[in-house]
Formats: sequence, C-alpha cells, structure tokens
Amino acid sequence: MTQTSDRYSNRTYRRLKALKRIGLYAGVTLVLIYMLFPYYWAIISSTKTRESLYSFSLVPSLDFSNYISLFNNPIFMGAIVNSAIIAISSSVLSLVISLLAAYALGRLHFKLSRIILICVLMISVFPQVVVLSGMFEVIGWLGFYNRPAALIFSYLLLILPFTTWVLTSFIRDLPVELEEAALIDGCSRMRILTHVLLPLMGPAIASTGLLAFILAWNEFLFALTFILTDENRTVPVAIGLLTGSSRYEYPFGQIMAASVTVTLPLLILVLIFQRKIVAGLTSGAVKG
Amino acid sequence: MASVTLKEVSKSFGAFDVLQSIDLTIEDGEFIVFVGPSGCGKSTLLRAIAGLVPVSKGDVFIGGEQVTDVPASKRGIAFVFQSYALYPHMNVARNISFALETARMAKAEIRQRLTRVADMLKIGHLLDRRPKQLSGGQRQRVAIGRALVSQPQLFLFDEPLSNLDADLRMEMRFEIAKLHAEIGTTMIYVTHDQTEAMTLADRIVILNHGRIEQVGTPRELYDRPANRFVAGFLGSPRMNFAPVHTDTSSGLLHGPSGFVFATSGTGSSQPVTLGLRPEALEIVEAGTAQSISGTFERAEDLGYEHIAYVRLSDDLVWTIRSTEPLSGHARGQAVGLGWQIKDLYLFNEAGIRVDVEAARGPVVAVQS
Repeated sequence: MTQTSDRYSNRTYRRLKALKRIGLYAGVTLVLIYMLFPYYWAIISSTKTRESLYSFSLVPSLDFSNYISLFNNPIFMGAIVNSAIIAISSSVLSLVISLLAAYALGRLHFKLSRIILICVLMISVFPQVVVLSGMFEVIGWLGFYNRPAALIFSYLLLILPFTTWVLTSFIRDLPVELEEAALIDGCSRMRILTHVLLPLMGPAIASTGLLAFILAWNEFLFALTFILTDENRTVPVAIGLLTGSSRYEYPFGQIMAASVTVTLPLLILVLIFQRKIVAGLTSGAVKG
Repeated sequence: MASVTLKEVSKSFGAFDVLQSIDLTIEDGEFIVFVGPSGCGKSTLLRAIAGLVPVSKGDVFIGGEQVTDVPASKRGIAFVFQSYALYPHMNVARNISFALETARMAKAEIRQRLTRVADMLKIGHLLDRRPKQLSGGQRQRVAIGRALVSQPQLFLFDEPLSNLDADLRMEMRFEIAKLHAEIGTTMIYVTHDQTEAMTLADRIVILNHGRIEQVGTPRELYDRPANRFVAGFLGSPRMNFAPVHTDTSSGLLHGPSGFVFATSGTGSSQPVTLGLRPEALEIVEAGTAQSISGTFERAEDLGYEHIAYVRLSDDLVWTIRSTEPLSGHARGQAVGLGWQIKDLYLFNEAGIRVDVEAARGPVVAVQS
C-alpha cells in the first residue's frame, strides 16, 4: 500500500513546479549578469567620450572616437598582427607536437610512458613566474630575445602539457581494434595517425587547439618580459602600455575599446567551434 | 592458401602467462575453431598468428615459412574483428579498398576487386554509406568484404558473430560456412560459442588457461573427450558429473546412491569422477535395478526438447534431456535414473579420461 495521507493536493504540486521554474530562471539570470557585466561595462565605457567616462550610466553612448583613434594607432594594429601570428603558430605547432606525443604515449606501450606523462602533468602545474627567469636565459642563448620566436617558443611550454594530456586521453579512448585493422591493412604508424586516427579526432583537435589559441592570445607575463620594443609587442601588453595624450592621463576609453576589439576574434572562434568543443570535452565520457 | 604451424608458442604479459607452449599444426584449407572459456588465451593466440601480438617464445609458420617477426601486413592474412573495426569516417567502398589503396594498387584494379567482393557479399547497394548507417549484419558483411578483398592466404575471425542477435548469427554462420566452401582458404575462427564451434569447424581446438586441452573433429571431441574439462565444455546442457571411489577390498566402484560398478581389479589410474551426458539418462521408477536414485526437482519444456532436474544429494543436481516430455512427476518425488555402460565416462585424479573397458577390464553392472 502506498501512503497517500501525507501528500498535498495536485494543485499545490502544480504551483510548486511553477515556483521551482521561476526560481531556476531567476538564478540563471543572476549568474549571467554576474558573468557578463564586466564585458558589458567594457563595451559601454569604450563608446564614451573622455568627459562622460566619469558619469555613471548603463546605456552606451555610441561614440566611436575611441575605436577610431585606436585603429589609427600603428603600434596597436601591429600588436594585433603579432598576436595573431604568434597565437596561430604556437597553437598549430603545439598541436602537431602533442599529437605525435599523444600517439606515442597513448598507444605505443613503452616503459617510460607513464613517467613521461606524470612529468608532463607536473610541468603544467608550475606557476609561470617560476620558469620566467630560467626561460629568459634559454631565450637569450637561443638568440630569440625581442623576437616573436621567443614567445612562440615559450608558449609551447605553457600549451604542450595540456594539449598532450588531453589528446593522449582522447587517443586512449579510440578503439584499439581500429588500429589493428589498419596495421593489417598495411598502414605505417604515420599513416595510421594521419588517415585513421586524425579524422576521428576532429572534436578533440578543435577544442584543444582553440584553448591553446586563447592561452597564447591572452598571455601577458612572458610577452612583457621577452619583448623589448613596441613593434614586436602582442596585444595584452600593448593594451597595458597604451598612453594617452599626456603622461598624466590614463586612456581608459581607448583601453576598453582595445579590450573589446581583441576579445572579438576569440568570441567568433568559440561560436564557430562551440559544438565541436562540447563534443570534444564530453567524448571521453561517452563512447560513440 | 596456407598451412599454419605453431611451435612452442608462449606469451606472457608481465608475470601472467597467457599462452603456454602451444604446439599446433593447421592443414591447408582447413576450418579451425579455437574455443574456450573467456580468458583462456584464444584471442591472444589468434593475434599472435596475425602478428598483432608479438610472441614471447616459440615460432609461427605460415605456408611453411617462418613469420615470427614478420609484421602483420606482410603475413598474407586477413582479420575480422569482433567489433568489425570499420573506419567510421570512410564509406563502405573506401573501407574495403583501404588496404589496396595503402599498397598503392592501380585504381582500375581496386575498382574491379571491389566490385567482385561487393557482388559476392551482396553489398553493392551499400558502397556509399558510412558504417554508422549500416545494420549489424551489414557491418559484418563489410568487415568480411574488407578481409576478402586483399585475397589473403589465411582468414582469421575473432568472435565475429558475438555482437549479432540470435537470428542473424545463425544466418551469418551459414554464410561463413558457405564462404569457406567457395574459396577454400584456410580459416581460423575464435569463439566462445560451442554451437559455432561444433557447426563450423573441420577441427576444434579447445583451450583452457593458455594450454590446448584437445584438438580434434567435433565428433571426436564430443564422443571421446580427452579429459573432464573438454567433456564438460562441449554439450548443452553440460555433462553431469559425480564423484566415485573404488572399494579396494571388493573392487567395486561406488558412486552416487544406487550406482555400483563391478571392476576386475584396480588399474593404475583410479577413476575419481564419473560423467553421464543429459541425453544418456532416462527417468525410471524409483528402485529400478541399476538406476541411480534421486528426487525430482523440476521440468522445463522448450518445445523441441525437454529438460528435467533431478537432485542426487544436497549439493548435486543432474540434468536430463529428452525429446519426450519429462513432466508428470511431482517435486520431491523419488525417481531413478537409468543409464547404459556405453554412455559412461570415467576421469582420474588428474581429470584425464580413463577408458572404461581398458582400465577396468570387462565391466558388469551389478545390484548392490
């Protein structure tokens, strides 16, 4: 016998359900506001004139003078190009290297693979500051100082552990029989990687590649340390070093405009790849 | 077409010995089935022959040539996987021709071979589809097509039907038998399903704990199992076993109640277990001469056959199979089980089958 005496009426349950729904949406709205407000504030501020900056208003005033002066700033425009080159090449390079490493670590069973994987994980927990001075020396020896190569090289250190780790676990999840079939079909290890595994790794490549790109695009500390002159700067540092008409003026509007501008490419990339990213992040959990 | 010879093939993963000194010769054109419980090493043995798993010790010969260290792709073999292992991102045509493409064969010849294989397996209408869009049976056909197209001298199947439902399994079993009859290539087939083993094999290899228990035709293995494991493994329901002991003073062999056996002196190997297949038993009235006594437990009617369970003691229940209905007895009713000497199997301490006539001399069943 089911107990029916201590239950509410159907109408009460219906109201409760509606109430829960309202509560849920209220919660979601709060979180969204909390997360999106800083970016919204940046957008508003970037469209304000110097005078109106200090008056509080949540409505954008649609004055694009900040953007115009920003786009006329050759240092900033050069920095965008630098950032693009460095971010793209370091993420592509790290994908290629980590894919090869991941195949070796994930599939070719050799004695050291476990130790290597643990080392890789350990490297990724070091704070950047720890490696900064050592990296500075290495870059000096290689003659990369004040060159884009310095940043590409040092970003590999930041990106590789994480891409290798993600791709290794992804490769481990692919069925072994697929690879055995390819071996019997006469494929070399390289051909297995390029013709059998790589086409199946689209989601993983997209998500790790994008995260690597974001990491390289936003990096500040190495970019500040290893680059000396304005024409080689990347965007985060260039924004930090933007100057106004006099040295006592902080060009807040322009900085906001610059921040909005450099976030746009990331937003566009995320929107393009969002489905693949989600697929890549969940693919380890559920087998297809 | 090729024979296969294994000489003392062993494989260990760390301290775990998966295969222990396997010796086996497979004739050209034979259909061999490896069968055994899970974890017996049958798949590993197949992979060792394929070259997917390097052997720890011993040698593998295919077509009389030593191939122990030859890579899988150069052994002239084809492998059909349990999961089919079709490339998910390629269509059926490309799946089948990928090996030829890898070998840089001329496009015209690839197309010609593809067409022939597709016709043979009746998958011509599926060539543009992706594996995801195929049913289990179709995927199986494509996997076989992929194996056929490289014209191997040896086919290896790793539980190819275990992912299919019962109907389809029967159909594909028939197809594989037909394929073997048509092309006559040597085939090695791994399964845990004894029906597949009994129906497909020219010879069955029964494996257990990384060793070969017995090799022989299905009939030989069923009628003359070498040991208790083989006797218990083949047959469904499995053979009934019961402990026996020899009374040294009288020379009588005592088993479950009612079972007494006159022996003509003790041989070198004492039987400790007896075996009787479910179909060798019949339910008779309790107290019938030379019958084993027990109590009736339950009957199952499968339509085409009938199974009954009879309890001999607290921890021993025997199965009886018959084409005739076995109901009509109440639960707990005392019954007898009739049997004949020709159906009796005896096993010694080591589990080896003891020949009833040879070990015991002429045997007469007597009333105790």
